[in-house]
Amino acid sequence: MTATTSDTLTVQAPGRRLTTAKAMVEGISQEMEADPTVFYLGEDVGAYGGIFSSTTGLLERFGPKRVIDTPISETAFIGLAIGAAVEGMRPIAELMFVDFFGVCFDQIYNHMAKIHFESGGNVKVPMVLTTAVGGGYSDAAQHSQCLWATFAHMPGMKVVVPSTPYDAKGLMISAIRDDNPVVYMFHKGVMGLPWMTKSQRTNDVVPEDPYEVPIGKARLARAGKDVTVVTLSLSVHDALDVADRLGAEGVLDAEVIDLRSLVPLDREAILTSVARTGRLVIVDEDYQSFGLSGEVVATVTDHDPSMLRAPAIRVAVPDVPIPYAHGLEEAVLPGPARIEAALRKVTGA
Amino acid sequence: MTVTAPGTASRLDAAVRRDLYSQMVLIRTFEEALLRDYHADKKPVWDIAAGLIPGEMHLSAGQEPVAAGVCAHLSTADAITATHRPHHLAIAHGMDLGALAAEIFGRETGLGRGRGGHMHLFDPATHFSCSGIIAEGYPPALGQAFAFTRQGSDRIAVAVTGEGAANQGAFHEAINLAALWKLPVVFVVEDNDWGISVPRSASTSVPSNATRAAAYGIPGERIEDNAVEAVYAAAGRAVARARAGEGPSLIEVHTLRLWGHFEGDAQGYRTDLDGVPDRDPLPTYELTLREAGLLDDERVAAIRAEAAAKVEAAIDFAKSSPVPDPASATSYVFA
Repeated sequence: MTATTSDTLTVQAPGRRLTTAKAMVEGISQEMEADPTVFYLGEDVGAYGGIFSSTTGLLERFGPKRVIDTPISETAFIGLAIGAAVEGMRPIAELMFVDFFGVCFDQIYNHMAKIHFESGGNVKVPMVLTTAVGGGYSDAAQHSQCLWATFAHMPGMKVVVPSTPYDAKGLMISAIRDDNPVVYMFHKGVMGLPWMTKSQRTNDVVPEDPYEVPIGKARLARAGKDVTVVTLSLSVHDALDVADRLGAEGVLDAEVIDLRSLVPLDREAILTSVARTGRLVIVDEDYQSFGLSGEVVATVTDHDPSMLRAPAIRVAVPDVPIPYAHGLEEAVLPGPARIEAALRKVTGA
Repeated sequence: MTVTAPGTASRLDAAVRRDLYSQMVLIRTFEEALLRDYHADKKPVWDIAAGLIPGEMHLSAGQEPVAAGVCAHLSTADAITATHRPHHLAIAHGMDLGALAAEIFGRETGLGRGRGGHMHLFDPATHFSCSGIIAEGYPPALGQAFAFTRQGSDRIAVAVTGEGAANQGAFHEAINLAALWKLPVVFVVEDNDWGISVPRSASTSVPSNATRAAAYGIPGERIEDNAVEAVYAAAGRAVARARAGEGPSLIEVHTLRLWGHFEGDAQGYRTDLDGVPDRDPLPTYELTLREAGLLDDERVAAIRAEAAAKVEAAIDFAKSSPVPDPASATSYVFA
């Protein structure tokens, strides 16, 4: 994770600014206000306000019947959310770190994700599973993974990954209102937490009224003509920083696409951009093999292999657990140095 | 923890006793029809994927007392989460037999339009669901109970597993959470002695799973000898406690797996087979009611005929229903 800030960000748009965490909480809060069936449960989501500030202030506002601390029993409380959703409520269950999915994945992929299908569409499971992802702060192999492709691989759950305050609020509102299970994965490094290095973009203008960001629509984060960078989550900020700098230096002009959703994946946005640039770099903080980066390449080659004027380059975590020591971790994460090297190589710049 | 032996149940009125028997007959009739049709077109070579009913088939014959005794206290507004062996509970809870049969036959008119199969039955009309994953049906029951409470109703959820599931983490997490939050849940363990081929003596550290209730500060009761009236009495206490907002209870029933784990299971591992016929709860209970003057040949024949008519109508409906269009195989992933 890096804290570089591009010059363009020093020009601040007018309007109320929120951190990503506060924008996410505002989305939850407005939906809880509007819909009494919405409730939030998980570990340390009450008085603590969420380890990564995903629920700050909600307990004070809505009380312990709707903002509920649970035992450390992820199978029990995620299963509880599933049952409540089946009966018409709209629960939000928080899995504190996505790395913990190993203790409760059966409820997630065999139940939450499959009930609608198994019932032939007769039973809906309108719930949100929130979870913190990502590394960059030496939390090591069991607390630093992204794992979004693992969830996206299993049919039946939508998977959204906001990178900005605006999208954090809008995707949360869309996720709560969706009649399907939605996995909402927030990177600790985009939350704008005071105790982590961060991009200035994680404190940005957010409209006060409720609004939706459509699930399954990518965002053009930066227009460019030389190469398409397909990325998501914290890596969006690293990619933008590198693209802005190389653009200002006149080295190359990169287009940056923030996927925002893995499921559904906005393949049209990828194809449209690559058709224009002819070059593709994928920046993905998840493991490289069998994952998102390969899926993006296949999206292009399935459509028309001749679209690529140079082989696509994947900047992802080489297939190794996330190391503890700072230098080792930096070596495997897709940070600015690796992104720049990939952009220069794919464009020959 | 209390152990209820047969004969200690309070005297029930005649109508309740006949209803328990009739329910058991209906379940057994359904399972016998499936047994017949499952194997009919798997001869001379047995191929699990062949025939009108393909795949694994876990029939519930012998476990009727659990379903009849528990479900007698429920309405279809109450929820049940069951296991990979779910038919007896589905039937006793009032599921439409045609939709159930059609799902088992993999038809478009089935509960899940042929997408679920017999281990994955979801019925919004009776708030019934089941899971093929051991013990993982317990946690969703908590959520249904939670929702019922929030809706201000006295509806409850009944979560059923087998004795093998009582050694899974989900079992213990769910009971702890339900006890902690006083959720209106009745936990039921069907102890049929066998976790596929492993006897409970080789899987479980305590002689009765009901004793485990004490670890969570809730009542636990074990019913011996597959005694349907004792199940009825224990379930009545547990259901009343849940409806009154006093929290969950745990009931373990020592029941019987009359047939194999699944159809095609030769049961070569099973050391108790010689005694199985004598433990069949259906003739046992029928005899009890005959001796009490509540059943005679004429009533038994009428009950059986009524069950056979319902079951054959359901099976006919299933067999005459269309199979799903293969072009729709990717439908229903998302709402």
